[in-house]
Amino acid sequence: MEILKPAVAGTLESSDCQVMVEPGDGEIEFELDSAVLNQFGNQIKKVVLETLKNLDVNNIKISVVDKGALDCTIRARVEGAIYRSVGQMENLPWGGAIQ
Amino acid sequence: MNNPNKKRLRRTMMFLNAQKPGLIKDPYIYRPDSIMLDLEDAVAENQKDVARFSLYHALQTINYRGIERVVRINALDTPYWREDIRCAVAGGCDSIRIPKTECPGDVKMVENAVIEAEKEFNRPEGSVLIMAAIESARGVMKALDICESSERLFGIALSGGDYTKDLQTHITGTGIELMGARQNMVIAARAAGVQCFDTVYTDLDNMEGFRKDVETIHLMGFDGKSIINPRQINTVHDIFTPSKKEIIFAEKVVKEIDDKKAKGIGVFTVDGKMIDIAFYDGAKRVIDLAKASGVYKGDL
Repeated sequence: MEILKPAVAGTLESSDCQVMVEPGDGEIEFELDSAVLNQFGNQIKKVVLETLKNLDVNNIKISVVDKGALDCTIRARVEGAIYRSVGQMENLPWGGAIQ
Repeated sequence: MNNPNKKRLRRTMMFLNAQKPGLIKDPYIYRPDSIMLDLEDAVAENQKDVARFSLYHALQTINYRGIERVVRINALDTPYWREDIRCAVAGGCDSIRIPKTECPGDVKMVENAVIEAEKEFNRPEGSVLIMAAIESARGVMKALDICESSERLFGIALSGGDYTKDLQTHITGTGIELMGARQNMVIAARAAGVQCFDTVYTDLDNMEGFRKDVETIHLMGFDGKSIINPRQINTVHDIFTPSKKEIIFAEKVVKEIDDKKAKGIGVFTVDGKMIDIAFYDGAKRVIDLAKASGVYKGDL
């Protein structure tokens, strides 16, 4: 998938995370802000990169502000931001690229 | 279609905003009988798209420990409901709640979309049930037709806010404005053999009023109530779970009727009360409810 325009999904409420995406410069640029960066930073990054891989996204600037989100919430917010950036709201690949 | 969940225990059905991770990550600790993950009114118009991702992953990932997972989709006059159904069915929901149901055709439209989604996402045919929320005078008048519109439909629920608006009145807390709808709906549901659920009680600080409201709908014959906060759960379960005294009496009635029937006796007394075969189903229902609520220790 090609990121078409900047998009945001999620909130800064507890247990949530806010994900911002925009078109990249030919690679994945990842930025993370989290109160639990030391304990869970690597795990959060792993979930984000896995989600991007499932969606076949290789060219993106992605920034995550984490407020204690579970893995399933991180996946949901990354996908939400990416599908917003491409403007697709219907016929989504549930169980396919969205795993 | 024979889905064993159609008649499951549903004393409390708790609404949760599907877009709020903090709400949907662990509601099982409060032990409602069902949760209703809401894509409709609780989700702002500009969050409808991302709420589905949140819903899908919650359904796929979180172990709700046997609590029924109902998804309230957006209304059929919006552009969202079809994708809501695809998402919910793919995620593995147990049931779909249709808002603003006005006629059997509404249920049929949703049923057809559910059938398509079951095929698309390889779920067994008939695994996803349906419930219909009635929110208008027209819906109340069509309650029986709605109840009989689909084999998948396990029940109907009154939605008091929109209904009273349509009736040109408002929620008073006394229940007077809901009397006709409640009576009509519970009779329709019983006639069709499906369940019936009452509307939410929104004044969270008035627990006495809430208790009275629940006692009223329990006596009217409802199966349970929609709730909006975990603190309402215990009150509903208290009122809807048979007491020890009721269970002991029901047990005696069932055993005595079985025994007397074999001896050719039709009418007799239990604890000083006249009993005949007409009491049998009611007593059995008390035992079944006690079993489903996990409080029955007997051998029936």
